[in-house]
Amino acid sequence: MGSEPREVEKVRERFGAALREVVYFRGEDTLVVAPESVLEICRFLKDDPEMSFDLLVDVTGIHYLEREYSYEVVYHLLSLARRRRLRLRTRLGEAGEIDSVTSVWRGADWHEREAFDLVGIRFKGHPDLRRILMPEDFEGHPLRKDFALEQ
Amino acid sequence: MHEIEDNTAAPDPLAPETVTINMGPSHPSTHGVLRLVVELDGEVVKRVIPHVGYLHRGMEKIAESMTYHKFIPYTDRLDYLAPLSNNVAFVLAVEKLISLDVPPRCRAIRVMCCEIARISAHLLWLGTGALDLGAATVFFHTFRERETLYNFIEMITGTRLTTSYPRVGGLARDIPKELIPQLKEFLKTFPGVIKEYEELLTRNNIWLKRTENVGTISAKDAIAWGLTGPNLRASGVEYDLRKAFPYSGYEQYSFEVPVGSTGDCYDRYLVRIEEMRQSVKILEQVIATLPSGPVNADDPKVVLPSKKKVLTSMEELIHQFIIVTEGFPAPHGEVYQAIEAPKGELGFYLKSEGDKSPYRLKIRSPSFVSLQAIPQMAEGMMVSDLIAIVASLDPVMGEVDR
Repeated sequence: MGSEPREVEKVRERFGAALREVVYFRGEDTLVVAPESVLEICRFLKDDPEMSFDLLVDVTGIHYLEREYSYEVVYHLLSLARRRRLRLRTRLGEAGEIDSVTSVWRGADWHEREAFDLVGIRFKGHPDLRRILMPEDFEGHPLRKDFALEQ
Repeated sequence: MHEIEDNTAAPDPLAPETVTINMGPSHPSTHGVLRLVVELDGEVVKRVIPHVGYLHRGMEKIAESMTYHKFIPYTDRLDYLAPLSNNVAFVLAVEKLISLDVPPRCRAIRVMCCEIARISAHLLWLGTGALDLGAATVFFHTFRERETLYNFIEMITGTRLTTSYPRVGGLARDIPKELIPQLKEFLKTFPGVIKEYEELLTRNNIWLKRTENVGTISAKDAIAWGLTGPNLRASGVEYDLRKAFPYSGYEQYSFEVPVGSTGDCYDRYLVRIEEMRQSVKILEQVIATLPSGPVNADDPKVVLPSKKKVLTSMEELIHQFIIVTEGFPAPHGEVYQAIEAPKGELGFYLKSEGDKSPYRLKIRSPSFVSLQAIPQMAEGMMVSDLIAIVASLDPVMGEVDR
């Protein structure tokens, strides 16, 4: 497919099967990737001069019930030089563990803390994975779909 | 918090000792409920740990059980100093998700709203920021013009603070006729007023001493932390969403994107001052080229019908009833739509599973990201500089805590 965006071509060429799916919707490109490759792919997308996704816009988590996966982690990347956006999405099992990307973008720090606090995703290698918006002694993760609103 | 290594030795009276204090969550210069735990060695800041969340209202959770229209008022309470631009950002995201175009007049009025919001937000930042550093006069000057702008906002939306003016697919109503001449008059005098503010500060020796080379952040660091908006541009990075990813017709208007060079508090000040001038330029062009025609898209399943039609036609009454009580379904999919809000990149990520509420809504707020950079900017500076740094970043806790 010659019409694929360069990002898709390069990630496919370099990471092969770790790129599980590509979604095009409303002019936005989403790469669905294997969770164990997220850190490597992020580092590549940031450091490769042709990719240069130097700004991490956002990291967030989504919780699912009764699916083959329990969580999705969504990364929004931006290349300032190329004025390009790219979304990475990865699926996690019940353990909800994934490598932190704070070593690639320092700014991932608070985003990952928030995804931990509200959704319950654990980021391995995060320098200081504490709750950020909820009180320290709060129990549970409010953005999970099984979180009871009335108690 | 130094460690005592040897308990048997007599304490050295000259040994460095630090004091840990709380700045906030209730402190006039933290601009809301920001809490900074500051470790001080005398007046030197050794360490800062920001704590946020005091204003967390669980908006993203609330959104999951709301129709798309019903969530608009919640966005007022994000950056409550520029509610109009939050409203616009959200409806743009929904319109992208359901692939709905709005008429040119609606796009132009939305730009008008965003730029009025930008000027009023920057005026508040300028007034309170200067007040934090002891320059109380500026505050009274900026609140005079801010009042005029709030009167305009009241004319357009009917309220001053909780605007909720845009709708998915359009606007709550068209702008009143009497707005344009008054706005024109304001735009004529405002550049002269900006000059007045500048006469108070730009070459003021005390202001320079308090802001120059204070809280400096390099372009590289600013990008690494994910800063956007004036805070990023002050470090010399020309990234403005109105140019980089134009929305709502911004590509039609000519304006410049001011950037700084050193990334200190003074540069952040200069950038925002110049942005107000550029907003005037945009507003003048919007007025000069304001298209006529309807303000709402023609999509009866999504767009609320006019009140008049609701009261006279059965079909419109039904549509009104269904849109208000049930909402409309959005297709399966995900979108991210961001705008250049006064504080930087404000983005909405919507994940839809085909229902009438989003499966997940994430608000990417610029202030949340800016606060992360405070420790790096403030450590090693004086405690008084910390006040200047927080003020210069222009955070607003409504959008930090959400």
